[in-house]
Amino acid sequence: MSVSDPPSAAGRRVITPSRVVAGVCLAIPVVATLWVSSYARATPAFIGIPFFYWYQMAWVIVSAVFTAAAYVLVRREERARRRPVSTVGPTNAEGDGAGGADGLNGQGGGA
Amino acid sequence: MHTDVNHVNGVTLAVFLVFFLLVTVLGFLAARWRRAANAQHLDEWGLGGRSFGTWVTWFLLGGDLYTAYTFVAVPAAVYAAGASGFFAVPYTVLVYPLIFCFLPRLWSVSHRHGYVTPSDFVRGRYGSKGLSLAVAVTGILATMPYIALQLVGIQAVLDVMGIGGGAHANWLVRDLPLLIAFAVLAAYTYSSGLRAPALIAFVKDTLIYLVIAVAIIYIPIKLGGFGHVFAQAGHAYATVNPATHKPRGELISSAKNQFAYGTLALGSGLALFMYPHSVTATLSSRSRDVVRRNTAILPLYSLMLGLLAMLGFMAIAEGVGKGVKGYNSQLAIPQLFRDVFPSWFTGVAFAAIGIGALVPAAIMSIAAANLFTRNVYKDLLKPDATPEQETRISKLVSLVVKVGALVFVLSMDKTVAINLQLLGGIWILQTFPAIVAGLFTRWFHRWALLAGWLVGMVYGTWAAWTVASPTQAHFGGSSKLVPGIGRLGYIGVTAFALNVAVAVVLTLVLRALKAPEGKDETTRADYTADADTPRLHKPDLTLAAES
Repeated sequence: MSVSDPPSAAGRRVITPSRVVAGVCLAIPVVATLWVSSYARATPAFIGIPFFYWYQMAWVIVSAVFTAAAYVLVRREERARRRPVSTVGPTNAEGDGAGGADGLNGQGGGA
Repeated sequence: MHTDVNHVNGVTLAVFLVFFLLVTVLGFLAARWRRAANAQHLDEWGLGGRSFGTWVTWFLLGGDLYTAYTFVAVPAAVYAAGASGFFAVPYTVLVYPLIFCFLPRLWSVSHRHGYVTPSDFVRGRYGSKGLSLAVAVTGILATMPYIALQLVGIQAVLDVMGIGGGAHANWLVRDLPLLIAFAVLAAYTYSSGLRAPALIAFVKDTLIYLVIAVAIIYIPIKLGGFGHVFAQAGHAYATVNPATHKPRGELISSAKNQFAYGTLALGSGLALFMYPHSVTATLSSRSRDVVRRNTAILPLYSLMLGLLAMLGFMAIAEGVGKGVKGYNSQLAIPQLFRDVFPSWFTGVAFAAIGIGALVPAAIMSIAAANLFTRNVYKDLLKPDATPEQETRISKLVSLVVKVGALVFVLSMDKTVAINLQLLGGIWILQTFPAIVAGLFTRWFHRWALLAGWLVGMVYGTWAAWTVASPTQAHFGGSSKLVPGIGRLGYIGVTAFALNVAVAVVLTLVLRALKAPEGKDETTRADYTADADTPRLHKPDLTLAAES
C-alpha cells in the first residue's frame, strides 16, 4: 500500500518562522568551524592555551547551546501542531491524521 | 628515559583487573536488565527492545562514538603532528547540528517499518536490493577495521602496563591477555546483545570523565602550566626531521593545510552516522525526542575529546618518547599516564581505555551482524526467515565478526588496520547520498545512487592508495590535492562530491529514459511519526517480491 502522499499533507506549511530560526541555529556552528582561516592563529591565548585550540573548544559549548535552542523551537512547533488536530474541523484532521489512518491499519495487522 | 621496557606494576594491574571483572559481571547480568517478553526477536537482542530513554541513549551513543581508539589515536595524532590532529574537535562540533536535521527522520521511518539497519531503510525506500546490498556491504567493510582498531587500543594499554612480555615473548604469551578480553566480550555480547554495552557504558564513561577531569588539572600543574606545555610542543613541532627535511608538525594550522583540516572535519562529520553502529545505537532509543535531545547533550563528550587531545601536547612536554627513533605515538598517552599518575590511578585510567574498547567493539559487532542478517541473509538467502532465526544468525555472525577482527589484528601489521580504517571512513561516506537524501526526497533514481556510490568508492580507494608518506608508499594520509581546486582536501569529501554529481546527472538521464523507479513502501507521514504512532505490520512476503 502507501506510495503517494496524502493530498492535504502537501498543503501543510513546511517553512515556518521557527523552523527558519532553528535552521540558522544549526547552520552557525557548522559554518564557524569550517571557516578555519578565521581562527588559525596563536593569539590571544587563554591561560596559556593558543587561540586555535581554546576557540574550537569554546565552539563545542556554543554549538550545544544553539542545538538545544533548535530543539526547543522545533519541539514547541510540533506540539502546537499536534494539539489542534483533535479539535479542528475535518479538513485539517484529515491531513494530520494521515499517519493515524495508517496506524489503525498497523494495529489491525498486529493484533 | 621513560620508554624503557615497562615492568608490571602490581597495583596498576590489580585495579585494572577489578574493573575488568566488574564489567564482565555487568555484561552477563545485562541480559536480565529491562527484560522483554520475547527475547528471541532481533529487536531485543540487536536493538535492546528499542526502549532506551534519553540518558541510556546518551551513555550508549557516547560509549559507541568516542571509542578507545579515539582516546588513543586523537591525542596520538596531536602528539605526532600538532594542529592537524585536532580536527576531531571541529568534527564533533559540526556533527550534532548535522544529525539534528536527519536522524529523527531515520528514527521515525525505522520505527514505523521495523527497520533494524540503514540498509533496511534503503531497500524499503527505493525497492532496490542492489542498492541496499551496496550500503550493507560498505557498512560491514567499514566496521571491521574499526573493531580491529579497538583491539589496537587495548593492546596499547597492555603494552604500557608491561603485560604480554614485549616483542620477544612467544605469540601465545604476548597475545593471551587480548584473547581473554575478547573471549569474555564475545560471550556476554552473545548472551545479552545490545543491553550489555548499554550497561557497561555507564562504567566506561564514569571512568573516562573522572580520568580526564583529573588529567586536565593535575598534569598541567605538574608540568608547569599550559603556557609551558604549548611552548615545549611548539618547539618540538618546529624541529626539522633529518630524514624528511620537514618539520614534525605545526602548532597552528597553516594556510596550505586549512582546507584539508576543514574538509576532514566535514567529511568525518557527515560519515559518522552512516556507520552501522551509530545507527544501531540511535534506533535503540525510545522516541524521536530522545534522538533530538541527545544532539544537544552529546557535545559533553566532544568537550572531553578536546581536553583529551590536549594530552598530546602534555606528552611532548613530559618528554614521552623523546629521542626514541620511530617511537610508536599510539603509546604516548598510556605512557604519559603511567609516568605522571600514582600507580592506582594509572590502573583506573587504563581500565577506562580498556573498557572504552569493549563497549564500541560490542556495538559494532552487533551492528555488522544485524546488517548481514537483515540485508544479506534475509534479503538474499532466506526471505522467509523468522525473527528467531534472524536473532540466531545475528548472534553467530557477531562472534564471527569479532574472531575475524582478532585474527586480523594478530596476524597483520597494525598499519594495515589503520589504513583500512582510513579507507573505511572514505567508503562509509559514500552511502550518505542513498541514506540521507532518501530521508527527504525520492527524487534520486536508485540506479543513479548506485552508480554514484560505485564512482565514489573507486575514486576514494584509488586516491587513498596514491598518497605516500615518509614511512608508507601507499595510504600515507587522508588528504590529496583536489582536482580543480588545487588545494589539499580530504579524499572522502572529494569522492563524495563526485558521487553526488554522478547521482544527479544519471537521475536526470534515467528519468528522461523513464527507467523503472522501484516501489517506495514509505509514506510522507512515516518520516515524522513518533513513538505513539504504532508500527506498521506488513506481511513479510512483500520483502521477497521486489528485486
